[in-house]
Amino acid sequence: MAFEGLAERLQQTIKKMTGKGKVSEQDVKEMTREVRLALLEADVNFKVVKDLIKRIKERAIGQDVMESLTPGQQVIKVVKEELTALMGGEQSKIAVSERPPTVIMMVGLQGAGKTTTTGKLANLLRKKHNRKPLLVAADVYRPAAINQLETIGKQLDLPVFSLGTEANPIDIANQAIKKAKDEHLDYVIIDTAGRLHVDEHLMDELQQIKQNVDPDEVFLVVDSMTGQDAVNVAESFDQQLNISGVVLTKLDGDTRGGAALSIKAVTNKPIKFAGMGEKLDELEAFHPERMASRILGMGDVLSLIEKAQDNVDQKKAQELEEKMRSASFTFDDFLEQMDQVKNMGPLEDLIGMIPGANKMKGLKNAQFDEKQLVHVEAIIQSMTKKEREDPSLMNASRKKRIAKGSGRSVSEVNRLLKQFEEMKKMMKQMTNMQKGKKGKKGKGFNFPFM
Amino acid sequence: MSFFKKLKEKFSGSEEKHEVSDKYKSGLTKTRDTFSSKINNLVARYRKVDEDFFEDLEEILIQADVGVTTVMDLIDELKMEVKRQNMKDTEKVKDVISEKLVEIYAGDDDLTKANLRLKENDLSVFLFVGVNGVGKTTSIGKLAHQLTEQGKKVVLVAGDTFRAGAIEQLEVWGERVGVEVIKHRAGSDPAAVIYDGVQAAKSRHADVLLCDTAGRLQNKVNLMNELSKVKRVIEREIPGAPHEVLLVLDATTGQNALSQAKTFSEATDVTGIVLTKLDGTAKGGIVLAIRKELNIPVKFVGLGEKVTDLEMFDAHAFVYGLFADMIEPDKG
Repeated sequence: MAFEGLAERLQQTIKKMTGKGKVSEQDVKEMTREVRLALLEADVNFKVVKDLIKRIKERAIGQDVMESLTPGQQVIKVVKEELTALMGGEQSKIAVSERPPTVIMMVGLQGAGKTTTTGKLANLLRKKHNRKPLLVAADVYRPAAINQLETIGKQLDLPVFSLGTEANPIDIANQAIKKAKDEHLDYVIIDTAGRLHVDEHLMDELQQIKQNVDPDEVFLVVDSMTGQDAVNVAESFDQQLNISGVVLTKLDGDTRGGAALSIKAVTNKPIKFAGMGEKLDELEAFHPERMASRILGMGDVLSLIEKAQDNVDQKKAQELEEKMRSASFTFDDFLEQMDQVKNMGPLEDLIGMIPGANKMKGLKNAQFDEKQLVHVEAIIQSMTKKEREDPSLMNASRKKRIAKGSGRSVSEVNRLLKQFEEMKKMMKQMTNMQKGKKGKKGKGFNFPFM
Repeated sequence: MSFFKKLKEKFSGSEEKHEVSDKYKSGLTKTRDTFSSKINNLVARYRKVDEDFFEDLEEILIQADVGVTTVMDLIDELKMEVKRQNMKDTEKVKDVISEKLVEIYAGDDDLTKANLRLKENDLSVFLFVGVNGVGKTTSIGKLAHQLTEQGKKVVLVAGDTFRAGAIEQLEVWGERVGVEVIKHRAGSDPAAVIYDGVQAAKSRHADVLLCDTAGRLQNKVNLMNELSKVKRVIEREIPGAPHEVLLVLDATTGQNALSQAKTFSEATDVTGIVLTKLDGTAKGGIVLAIRKELNIPVKFVGLGEKVTDLEMFDAHAFVYGLFADMIEPDKG
């Protein structure tokens, strides 16, 4: 399964042409070929790739790349710039109607995640913008779709409007808006039934709803795993409904998400939000630059840094660095650091964001079971304060006691102790290296168990 | 006889087959009436089998989500074949293309038609797995309907205890089809529900037990472990079960489907694929790559919203659908 990132692909191409002082036009062609394959493998639509490659080639053959000493990096830079430019700036704003309620219509194919996104969006509006949204169950076709929205409404403690499955979606929408006006709710989010973009009858129904409620936003909800067909879907929904924005769902999966690029290219409508998990607060603003990196398989360094900044207490980080330098790092520090990393979200997500992590043999399919972290925690917590500060105290009877206290085996305790010692050694080496390079690496942020 | 003539004959053979092929055709493309004229068109467009011809072919197959690697391999093989046989006529090449595509799919075991592992006079257990929103519950409803029509006693078990409304959704299907649904409360342990489902199916002497599970993205290790546990519970209760583990795949999915097939297989030994939503413009070409790389066959295709719109997979019909677009003259 060819799933390596563009950087690696280009490196291989460049290896073939080492020894040459300058990059020829032919070499650039070779490189753009690799770019093309990488984009296609990331599910960017064929035609979109074609246009992109044309532009990239022009820029690359122009002096940008050929004069450079690091052609591979230059190509990546050009590609990334083009992708980011194509995806546009960040736009996570939601319209506000002058005469409330503001009406938002959610549309899309079956199974894209409209109902869940409806809930998430309502939650976001309330939490971040202090709004009072009304959820409207207008999916009268799929069994239990109304029930699903009602459950979500209950979870969020938000009102849900429904008229059962016998009612006409247009009536449901109209009555919901009336209710919102009467009760001074300022947002109405209409969850419509999933439908195929080629289903004339159902697309017609959407147009009618749109004409009736005159929405301020029409959001197309698209599964980020969508393949080449994303252009057809986005194009038809946009042509028939003139969508105002896109929500990309299931981005917490491991798809490259080239569909994002395709959709933006054919509709030129902003991608506003990204669904990042099954929980109702996991809807984030869409970041074009990060998406560009992801499509190219270059890891999402920015997100990682941001997550780290959000969750790591700077002062503590400095203390930690000091401790590492003096090698007085204890099990207590270890626990603390583990907590901070855990606050950043699932470990596997973090690893996915490290560039090259999916290339590293051990990490590629690493099974990061959060349970193991819990075990480690249990073992450390079963140590006495003295033991945590000075692991050299450890003897057979102490280990036995710790194993018993944590419900783990002695061999697991041993393994942890050994890992801890190795880690300390490594830290010392790393900090020594950093001293040499003088702060090039920034503040000491390290993952002890990676 | 040319491949297309064979196909045509195959589909006009019997009434039943005719109906099936119609569904494929209306499901997959809208080109039925002009099929032959379009072949002619392509032939007219390409007098010669040259680089342009192959480039166009490559483009069309990639647009059907067949995947770059598979397409490249196929094109290479074709080029060799063309050279070897010294073919110049595009019509002949097209035959070779479709034969090759079917060959990729059918493999050595010549599996052009799907078959189900249904036990005679004994309980068969089918486990449905897949990522979120692919249509697991709907496929179960449709299959329950079909099996009931065939006179089988079917029991459903609501193993998706996580997603809001999932249990109710399966219950509605149960009512529609008239079969019993075993369920627990939302949020309960899926393995426990499935266990109860197996016990209920046994005591009621059911023929088939269809197990629904919650959708999950394949990179969530804990959720995949949970799924393995569900499978182990079934294995422990009935030796040889589950008889089918069906990965439900959305035809609109791109290259990620390969990763889905791989990871779900690791967790649950997938035995077949249900390819849903083939009634849109998506082609689901990725199943070729999945078959080639992981040797997992497609067993069913979902061709529409109606309860009857679930068909046993037929490789010839599928390739025909992939291909119909290739001859649309305005493509490329």
